[in-house]
Amino acid sequence: MNPYLGPGLIVVVLLTVAIGAYGLRFARTTSDFLVASRSVSPAWNAAAISGEYLSAASFLGVAGLILCYGVDMLWYPVGFAAGYLALLLFVAAPLRRSGAFTLPDFCQVRLRSRALRRLATAFVLFIGCLYLLPQLQGAGLTFATITGGSYAWGALLVGVVVTANVAFGGMRAITFVQAFQYWLKLTALAVPMIFLILQWQSDGRPAATPPQGAVFPAATTVVIERDAVLDGVRSVRAGETLEFTAGERVPRISTVDAGFGPDWLLPSGDRELFATYSLILATFLGTMGLPHVLVRFYTNPDGASARRTTLVVLALVGLFYLLPTLYGVLGRIYTPQLLMTGRTDAVVLLLPEAALGGGHLGRLLGALVAAGALAAFLSTSSGLLTSVAGVIFTDVLRSGRSGSIREFRLATLLAAVVPTVLALYVSDMDVSKVVGLAFAVAASSFCPLLVLGIWWRKLTDAGAIAGLVAGGGASMAAVLLTVLGPPLHGWVATVVEQPAAFTVPLAFLVMIGVSLMTGRRVPADVGATMLRLHAPESLRT
Amino acid sequence: MAADQPTTHRTRVVLADAAARRDAADRAASDLAEQTPIGEALVKGLVRAQLALALRLSLVVAAGLGTLPLLFVAAPGVATFRVFGVHLPWLLLGLLSFPFLVGVGAAYVRWAERNEQDFAAVIRRPEQ
Repeated sequence: MNPYLGPGLIVVVLLTVAIGAYGLRFARTTSDFLVASRSVSPAWNAAAISGEYLSAASFLGVAGLILCYGVDMLWYPVGFAAGYLALLLFVAAPLRRSGAFTLPDFCQVRLRSRALRRLATAFVLFIGCLYLLPQLQGAGLTFATITGGSYAWGALLVGVVVTANVAFGGMRAITFVQAFQYWLKLTALAVPMIFLILQWQSDGRPAATPPQGAVFPAATTVVIERDAVLDGVRSVRAGETLEFTAGERVPRISTVDAGFGPDWLLPSGDRELFATYSLILATFLGTMGLPHVLVRFYTNPDGASARRTTLVVLALVGLFYLLPTLYGVLGRIYTPQLLMTGRTDAVVLLLPEAALGGGHLGRLLGALVAAGALAAFLSTSSGLLTSVAGVIFTDVLRSGRSGSIREFRLATLLAAVVPTVLALYVSDMDVSKVVGLAFAVAASSFCPLLVLGIWWRKLTDAGAIAGLVAGGGASMAAVLLTVLGPPLHGWVATVVEQPAAFTVPLAFLVMIGVSLMTGRRVPADVGATMLRLHAPESLRT
Repeated sequence: MAADQPTTHRTRVVLADAAARRDAADRAASDLAEQTPIGEALVKGLVRAQLALALRLSLVVAAGLGTLPLLFVAAPGVATFRVFGVHLPWLLLGLLSFPFLVGVGAAYVRWAERNEQDFAAVIRRPEQ
């Protein structure tokens, strides 16, 4: 095992706890805990939002998907970044000016409906759990992959560290923690990439796609995990060990659905058009509906700074997403055995040692990347936990603004228990798939609610509820079917696995249609609410 | 409390300034808050201007990025075109899309703030 790994991971956990404890000195009231007293500067806030947003799916999953499927998967990083542009254009400033603490708060402010508020609470909890579960799972799987330890301990360790940090530091503390973790994640991918590119240059710049398909860069031993057929002719059994020499072609294996040949370089064409547009809709519009993203905007002092913060986030996130693509491409050259094992999510973790050798440099950089991965799990799960705990605190425990810090800690514990227990029992769910589904549910529920609520006066509570039930419900059903149901085939599988292209328009249409039919239910104070959402703060008294 | 003690030199100066500011702002805000037809029209104008700006820029993104999957299907030659040895789709999506998004975002922030300043100027000086 890599000797730098243990110290590296311990340093990340200790720094996280230490910065959290440092922030605790400033956390005095419940308001501090919930929104950091709305006094965090745009630069800190933007780094914190980015740090919180770049989850395991971004840090590990994107590179793995690109290694496996090629150029089509670039829509994931583009969509993850573009989500912040949609947020900036339609939501950021008005949402901050609404003065709401959480998404259910926004429903109350805009439409004055208790029923809608309860429904929104249910969706926040569902999306929060759906997003928290794969983070903990990813942590467990990473621990198992790189340390050889047990999956359960990895998931449990991250769960406990995050719960303690959120419960004792609250949001003010994690603002510092998240900002630190953004820069850690960027460094953990950027520094090894410099050495990897230098190595690639000195190796004579090998092509990512040789004409005959991917080749092994060095003698490699592959252990087959499931019975499979190689190149359609040779059967191999689980547990069989295959030896490959340097320069040998990577055989196509029947158990892994990956692009082995040179067509990996090219877009897949009209077969995947529906899935591609569905993915674009889900990621472009889903970001604004993620509860842990929205809660951060309440920490800006006013609407204009919320806008500037979002712009900085867009730049920081875009900068980060330049790197996973390079890992995916270089992984094609230096770790093609992952195409045979199917564990492509591990490419970021394995690439430094595979390309630079098992010397000190390779191991040091390998430990740095692992530390970045740990930061990715910690930061995203902290942010999710804070927002879910915030909603439990105000809407389930019904503490209101005067609730005590002890109740917030209780809410944090409640919010953490369900996903942690689930993560211990469910280990074989596909991480990046679940994350994509969380985006689809968010895009089909909160995106229409926010966009119409902010820009359309005629939205009614009945329309909002109907739209949430139709669009959010349909996407939730698709999620449950994908995760728990039997394997699907053909166009049904495409539609169920990428539901956004029909659930997002459905939610918008139902919301608009039912609102028009129930026009008498438009809140009487809609004019005053619109003024509050859109007028600059300088006009307020 | 402090308002009851205008004789304290330091307090009086500060409060006078603040009160004057607040009076002017109160007038403007009450015009809006009372939902007079003029105030209502002003707010609607601001909302419409901001929404039009946001929709125009989303159209730019839809045209710039959203048409790419269709383009790659309709004209497969584009996807095999190489720039500096890199296939065009990789360059467009992996590298150039991010500065494009940031550029659109920067334009939005500038124009949205200008819309708000125009609105604030009209509210503060309704006679102009």
